[in-house]
Amino acid sequence: MTNAHTAQGTAPRLSRVDAINWNRLQDDKDLEVWNRLTSNFWLPEKVPLSNDIQSWNTLTHQEQQLTIRVFTGLTLLDTIQSSVGAPALMPDARTPHEEAVYANIAFMEAVHARSYSSIFSTLCATRDVDDAFRWSEENPTLQAKSELILERYRADDPLMRKVASVFLESFLFYSGFYLPMYWSSHAKLTNTADLIRLIIRDEAVHGYYIGYKFQQALAEATPERQAAVKEYAYELLLELYDNEVKYTESLYDEVGLTEDVKKFLHYNANKALMNLGFEALFPSSVTDVDPTILAALSPNADENHDFFSGSGSSYVIGKAVATEDEDWAF
Amino acid sequence: MTAAQAQDAAFSAAQPDGELVYFSTKSGNTHRFVEKLGLPARRIPLNRDEPPLRVTQPYILITPSYGGGSTQGAVPKQVIHFLNDPHNRGLIRGVIAAGNTNFGTAYGLAGRIIADKCGVPLLYRFELLGTDEDVARVQQGVDAFWKRQP
Repeated sequence: MTNAHTAQGTAPRLSRVDAINWNRLQDDKDLEVWNRLTSNFWLPEKVPLSNDIQSWNTLTHQEQQLTIRVFTGLTLLDTIQSSVGAPALMPDARTPHEEAVYANIAFMEAVHARSYSSIFSTLCATRDVDDAFRWSEENPTLQAKSELILERYRADDPLMRKVASVFLESFLFYSGFYLPMYWSSHAKLTNTADLIRLIIRDEAVHGYYIGYKFQQALAEATPERQAAVKEYAYELLLELYDNEVKYTESLYDEVGLTEDVKKFLHYNANKALMNLGFEALFPSSVTDVDPTILAALSPNADENHDFFSGSGSSYVIGKAVATEDEDWAF
Repeated sequence: MTAAQAQDAAFSAAQPDGELVYFSTKSGNTHRFVEKLGLPARRIPLNRDEPPLRVTQPYILITPSYGGGSTQGAVPKQVIHFLNDPHNRGLIRGVIAAGNTNFGTAYGLAGRIIADKCGVPLLYRFELLGTDEDVARVQQGVDAFWKRQP
């Protein structure tokens, strides 16, 4: 129990360890998210990555190098989240079940980091991969984003730890995720894209849950502290964004994709803010991602099933959706 | 007049065509979206020990969709129980789903399942709290939708 934190309006820490009882919940959300995460569990071995070898060989050397670098950058973020981020959230947990969810998140981030190495060993030459890891250690913008996050993880501010964690989960990954969605939309590396979609799905639940816990703690803070945290959060987002634009340019300028990747960054920055309970920052005029990328992420997302504007007639009532939840009585 | 009847009368006066019914978990994302709409809306109770909601006029349902990819568990249990009541089910006219495109084909899946089961259109999908643009489109869309209803 640290009084400094409660004085700042953040949750008291769990002061001792008791055996965890999942049949006595303080917060139903813990079990709901635990169930969702465990039912979403997967391993890279279940994705037939070797089916992408032929496709990989159709990429130019420059495209291969870009892809390996992007995946190396993603590996670094997953490593941070697994080794530092999720463990750093545990001491701030409000319930023992929340700690257990972070343990799940920490492990799953290790699976994500491990997956990129599966892609590398299946598709790439060892020398090219070693070069990319060297590149990642020396790339100033990649190191800068890592440092901006790690600073918050090390600092004594539980609310900002969660803010940094949500920004990593819901914003920083997306300059990287863009590329496999791009390849997939061009019918390339489609199995790799399937694996990345599993990671993207996991990150959504992580960002949602950490954001939810953040909002609970923030609600207990004084109005002054709430205003200050909100300001720090937007400041951090903008700092990360400026760096992310430079990182994006350094990777994507040579293939001419920078402008569309930036739209994807804006779109996801808005979602990261919403996970924290804050309003979106970027207007829709700069979040209009190429529909083929959105379709690679979520088929039919671009149609938005907008019945209101008449554009959503694509959705036909009665199209069978296999459903059976035992609770339905009709 | 009971309190519930008085509330019904107030809703009818404010919105002669229909109302919104919504569910939101403790995260409150859908609740925040409905607040921004500023339209008459009733919330399906979160806990079983609260009295169940019974509607009295046609409504559009707004529900979150639980992500994961499986249709099992995509629709919140509280929404299923609300719709299991044939009276409530008979008054649904459309559905709007909240979700996250990160869930791929399962984005807003609860909306598709309910549209199928109840034979009503899936009107719109939005992500998380919804953007200002989502709010404006739903406000206009809901208004026009009720005007078109027989």
